[in-house]
Amino acid sequence: MKGTLNPLLGKKHIMSNQIPKSKAPNLPESLYKLRQRPHSEKVVDTGFKDAVYLMASMVAVFLIAIFVVVFIGSIESMSRYGLKFLTTSNWNPITDEYGAFAAIYGTIITSIFSLAIAVPLGIGTAIFITEDILPRKLREIISVLVELLAAIPSVILGLWAIFVMEPFLRPLFALIHKKLGWIFFFSSEPIGAGIAPAILILSIMILPIITAISRDSLNQVPFRLRQAAYGVGATRSTTIINIILPAAISGITGGILLALGRALGETMAVTMIIGNSNNFSLSLFSPGYTISSMLANQFGEADGNQVSSLMYASFILMIITLTVNLAANWLVKRLSLKY
Amino acid sequence: MTFNNNSRLKYKASLKRNIYNSLFTFISVVFTILSILPLILLLSYVFIKGATQINLSLLSNLPEPPGDDLLNAGGIGNALQGTIIITLIASSIAVPIGVGGGIYLAEYARNGKFASFIRFGTNVLSGVPSIIAGVFIYGIIVSTKIIFNSTYSALAGGISLSILMLPTVIKTTDEGLKLVSDDLRKGALSVGASKFLTITQVTLPAAIKPITTGIILAIARAAGETAPLIFTALFSFYWFEAPTSILEPIASLSVLIYNFALEPYEAQNQLAWAASLILVSIILIMNIITKLWARKS
Repeated sequence: MKGTLNPLLGKKHIMSNQIPKSKAPNLPESLYKLRQRPHSEKVVDTGFKDAVYLMASMVAVFLIAIFVVVFIGSIESMSRYGLKFLTTSNWNPITDEYGAFAAIYGTIITSIFSLAIAVPLGIGTAIFITEDILPRKLREIISVLVELLAAIPSVILGLWAIFVMEPFLRPLFALIHKKLGWIFFFSSEPIGAGIAPAILILSIMILPIITAISRDSLNQVPFRLRQAAYGVGATRSTTIINIILPAAISGITGGILLALGRALGETMAVTMIIGNSNNFSLSLFSPGYTISSMLANQFGEADGNQVSSLMYASFILMIITLTVNLAANWLVKRLSLKY
Repeated sequence: MTFNNNSRLKYKASLKRNIYNSLFTFISVVFTILSILPLILLLSYVFIKGATQINLSLLSNLPEPPGDDLLNAGGIGNALQGTIIITLIASSIAVPIGVGGGIYLAEYARNGKFASFIRFGTNVLSGVPSIIAGVFIYGIIVSTKIIFNSTYSALAGGISLSILMLPTVIKTTDEGLKLVSDDLRKGALSVGASKFLTITQVTLPAAIKPITTGIILAIARAAGETAPLIFTALFSFYWFEAPTSILEPIASLSVLIYNFALEPYEAQNQLAWAASLILVSIILIMNIITKLWARKS
């Protein structure tokens, strides 16, 4: 079977026949022979294609499996507590009562406040890096430093938050409580771990994402826009605020949403500093919970209904982060540069 | 009209717009300083608190269970060993699958429906919170005891980390291969190389730099990851012994830092700082290598 069934073999005859013998009389016949593809080569080729196809599919398999496993794990709790799970904040393994309101509230409030801190800082830094205020070398070093901040494991940020940041900031928090205690956000005495230090550590963690993505979007704005603005006599600040930032807004918004997704799911640093309490409180100085810190804190020693309730909470977290990430992808595509 | 009044063209700092402009520059400088300040403070604290404890016995001893000895917390030998083993398990799963998947996306599927679906899935997977990977592995491996009846294990921890590494490896392989010039591919195919040979002998070697960069960054991220390990790999106060220990709980630097930071004992807290210094050094070195490497090209 080798050779005769090979379609290339037929071609070989045609090709060697087409070349007139008279024009190349001295060349040996073998030069015109095309190499035959052995059967094994084809097996390797198709086998390789199938193997990499399978590997690519693994992404989908993992993704679907994560959803299915978490969903199946939470069915028991879903049928038992239903939507009441989202609005109550009892978490009592002894009476078997579970409600994740405090954790969901904590997740959202920490993420939003940390965005409020990190967005101006991140965009300000990105502007500084992309403008020619300092020589290029120095700006590159700053850029690298911000990227390295993203590489620091969150557990180490948590360690630093416990032993360095929070004790250092406690007098400041106490002062805010004393002066502004009438605002419900500052209504409780700062006692150490709490939502406020968690917000600060979260903003440090999402800062590099916002900075890096804003920097890249600002760099992509065509230089002639800037030249035109300077040409009509605009100052740097006017150019940035009225020309460059609006042109780069799609990338920046996408970056902010990606950072929000990260903030919602961030676990370790928050778990270590938020105080892990399921008592709902509006004050930022009281201990609280986020969904991810609740998982980190309780999953190891949970059983029965508690596992199912924790799975339910992780399902909610997944839905929230998925929505935010999809919105980020959609926004970047939708609002992409028109220049 | 002649420009005899030259002073109108001169820069006047007192103008409202120029004051506003300087203020704007000043604010961006302040924001930049505020952004780098945490990194500098954090690194200096880790170095100051960790460096005093770095010696050989730190790396060769086992940690002491908290409360046993109030002055001596032991070493982090098994945690360093565990971090290396878990990361190796995770890489041995994520690197082949990730590189293979990236090859399929860039070399076979390019812009098809399936490819865009997988690229979308990769984006979604990279946005999944790391703790969810832990919950997933807990649900599918730890609680079901599916692997030789073992619950918490090094293997389970490694698999959960591999899920977090996978999107990075796929993305960088895909993008690295897409950058390879099509002329190379056509050249190889036209001299009679099969698709398999073209990919393994021509395009993969041409894209090896971005791919290895991506793999190193994925490994660096996995080495510092804690959330998926705390209820899949757990922790251990003993050495890893091949091959039985792979189905038993295993120590890791990141979980050691988490556990010991929350202990009320001073000695354990100090050990957490020492472990942080080792972990940060490993991760920063990997990141800086990839940055220097990228700059060379």
